[in-house]
Amino acid sequence: MKPPGPVLAVAGLAKSFGGVAAVAEVTFAVASGEMLALIGPNGAGKSTCFNILSGQLRPDRGEVLLGGETITGLPPRAIWRRGVGRTFQITATFASMTVRENVQMALLSHHRRLWRFLRPARSHFADEADALLAPVGMEDQAERCAGELAYGDLKRLELALALAHAPRLLLMDEPTAGMAPSERGGLMALTRRLAAERDIAVLFTEHDMDVVFGVADRILVLDRGRLIAEGSGAEIRADANVRAVYLGSGATSGGH
Amino acid sequence: MPGADQILVALLTGLADAAALFFVASGLTVIFGVTRVVNFAHGSLTMLGAYCGWSLISRLPPTPLGFTLGALATMLVLAVIGAMMEIGLLRRVYRAPELFQLLATFGVVLMAEDIVQALWGVEDLALRRPPWLRAFVLVGGARFPRFDLFVIVLFPLIFLFLWLLFTRTRWGRLVRAATEDRDMVAALGVDQRLLFTSVFALGAALAGLGGVLALPDASANLGMDLTTVTDAFVVVVVGGLGSLSGAALASLLIGFLQAFGIMLVPKATLALVFVVMAVVLVLRPNGLLGRPPGRERASGETQAVVRPAPRALGLLGLGTLILALLAPFFLGPYALAIATEMLIAMLFAASLHFMMGPGGMASFGHAAWFGIGAYASAFAVRLLAAPMPLGLLVAPVAAAVMAALFGSFVVRLSGVYLAMLTLAFAEIAWAIAFQWVNVTGGDNGILGVWPASAFAGPRAFYWLTLLLTTLGTLWLRRILAAPFGYALRGVRDSRRRAEAIGVAVMPLQLTAFTLAGAAAGLAGGLYAYGKGSVFPTYISLGHSVDALLMVLLGGVGTISGPIVGALAYTGLYDVLLSVTGLWRLVLGAAIILLVLVFPEGIAGGVFRLWQRMRPA
Repeated sequence: MKPPGPVLAVAGLAKSFGGVAAVAEVTFAVASGEMLALIGPNGAGKSTCFNILSGQLRPDRGEVLLGGETITGLPPRAIWRRGVGRTFQITATFASMTVRENVQMALLSHHRRLWRFLRPARSHFADEADALLAPVGMEDQAERCAGELAYGDLKRLELALALAHAPRLLLMDEPTAGMAPSERGGLMALTRRLAAERDIAVLFTEHDMDVVFGVADRILVLDRGRLIAEGSGAEIRADANVRAVYLGSGATSGGH
Repeated sequence: MPGADQILVALLTGLADAAALFFVASGLTVIFGVTRVVNFAHGSLTMLGAYCGWSLISRLPPTPLGFTLGALATMLVLAVIGAMMEIGLLRRVYRAPELFQLLATFGVVLMAEDIVQALWGVEDLALRRPPWLRAFVLVGGARFPRFDLFVIVLFPLIFLFLWLLFTRTRWGRLVRAATEDRDMVAALGVDQRLLFTSVFALGAALAGLGGVLALPDASANLGMDLTTVTDAFVVVVVGGLGSLSGAALASLLIGFLQAFGIMLVPKATLALVFVVMAVVLVLRPNGLLGRPPGRERASGETQAVVRPAPRALGLLGLGTLILALLAPFFLGPYALAIATEMLIAMLFAASLHFMMGPGGMASFGHAAWFGIGAYASAFAVRLLAAPMPLGLLVAPVAAAVMAALFGSFVVRLSGVYLAMLTLAFAEIAWAIAFQWVNVTGGDNGILGVWPASAFAGPRAFYWLTLLLTTLGTLWLRRILAAPFGYALRGVRDSRRRAEAIGVAVMPLQLTAFTLAGAAAGLAGGLYAYGKGSVFPTYISLGHSVDALLMVLLGGVGTISGPIVGALAYTGLYDVLLSVTGLWRLVLGAAIILLVLVFPEGIAGGVFRLWQRMRPA
């Protein structure tokens, strides 16, 4: 059963830097349980788009709706509070804490218990933290220091962190960047499974086209801030505009 | 109203001041830009320059040529000293956390002070001034030293020289490239070691020039290391770290401010410069021409994971506490007074560690809160005739209120800028205590802050101090282990991640800042009652540096670090003071050795050893 309306709806989003349009009139939507990939050559506006959605940037125009409510221009904290989790291109975890403590932090914040000054932090939500570590396969490493994890494990820890407040939407910026090609498929398959189980909408950017075409339900292609194509993997592969952008043609230069 | 002549003279004085500031600050900013080392010893290099210059120029013919040769020779000597310092010390700690580099340069400051004192004595050394150095020119109707005109002319010349050096030579382009992206330059196969050493030598030579040029108008003296480095820091931070043009601009700003400040607001000259720095930092968090720091370091310095205190450590702490409780029965009054000071130092250090270690906010001005606490207690006694419990309550409350007010500006910044803003505030507080004589008694302080009769004896006061400082320190530890402390550490580890899981970063840091201020204030209040008096030195840069040394000695990464560090530092200080006149030399050398051998501090190092010995 699918809930009515998309989880995330973006309408007419625009942002310029010094007169250069980084994102121009971008409109799309993501449904619950859907994996939507946002691709495009470098400088196409993917990161800008992402930073607007997660609240790091304020758009010049346009609207971002989460479950029908506007979240346009809210700070990252407020957007997270409304059920948006995110992972970063370069992983961001708490290096001086154990894997379990990392997740406990997210849980403490979710339950609004951060402003406590007495009981030790490690006595809060330990079981819940382990319950989040198990599905990403990190429960064996719960006692290890996050600062000494292998990169692939850090990515999985980040996924557990992003899922800690049971989000409706997961934003993943280049989720497989920096990973060995052999590990990439595994992480994305895991994401796909968890998203389906928990009815989470996933929006991700990605450079590895094998990953994109292997896992995305739908693909959006950005070029110079504009949405030039949208559709399934097969449709995107066949799209003349996309081929022009990625492969280059007489008319379009500067592609990758 | 000042007349036109006076304004012209002030203008010229300002230019001369600006020039002197620029020579020192340009070296500091270039060194920082390339090596990312905050060189606290830069003022010591200037001091060395002044003393070397004095020795050389006094032996040369008293002519302009003799002076010039002496100055050039001094710059050469300083360049060699700078290169030696880089090769012998800093090169080994580039990969260490920023704060340990700072600690290493503190060690140099301490050693340099004693070396200079041993070689040249404690007297201020003024140059014998031949007629050409004494000459004046008439500006309108007023006299202006001719030598200062020469310094003014040198300002644009040195700036131009450096500018050409950095823009027109291959070396300069490499330096600028290294300032932008160190790793990239290394990847291109440039010999970074040579680059860094030469940059350091250049910076040291410029610092030496600043020292020599200060000779004709003033003297070579032992206090100039800290005053110079403070001024140079202000210029570099106002201008923007690493920016040469910024340093020039800020030198002009500060120079004019000092010259006209004396004319317009003679009573607030000391604070004025720091007020301006604070305003600049609040409006432009990266200085006038500075650029925002690069992206968050991917993994940063890997921080050791903080685990609950092992049983053995808990038992050790308990044993120490029992010993401390019994101490008055076998310690004499003098030893007990030192023990009381150690306890106060422990709380003071723990409060700085709280914001600087887990909080990630290093402070160069932590003595401000200590001093505000001390003065608050003194005012309570003086003006309200408050009983001691009230006096001791006022101390942390006053410090907390001030810390909360001021902290709301501080937490918007980060890194060195944040540290400098705290320094600015401490210097303003110090200037108020020093210059507002009617209220604070100025240099004479406030006397007669004696404890209540029940605690007047050294034993009773010791126990009271033991109780309050132990409670304070343990409470800070408790907070660090609680969710609040974890969140604070989380922000330090990764601000992006903290924000992405909904942590309210600024309120959190502000609260931590306030709590640290309150604890330091309590320490200050106790100190006021312990000594029976308060003085501006409680707020001085030297006192802030003491706290930094205690925390860094003990180790930032461990929770017990500040306690160990405070006890070691105070103890070492007292022992060394009674054994040798050269205590700074020994302490400085010990610190440098420690930095090279135990980069995690005493407690961190012991912890590492203990882990290694334990079977896995």
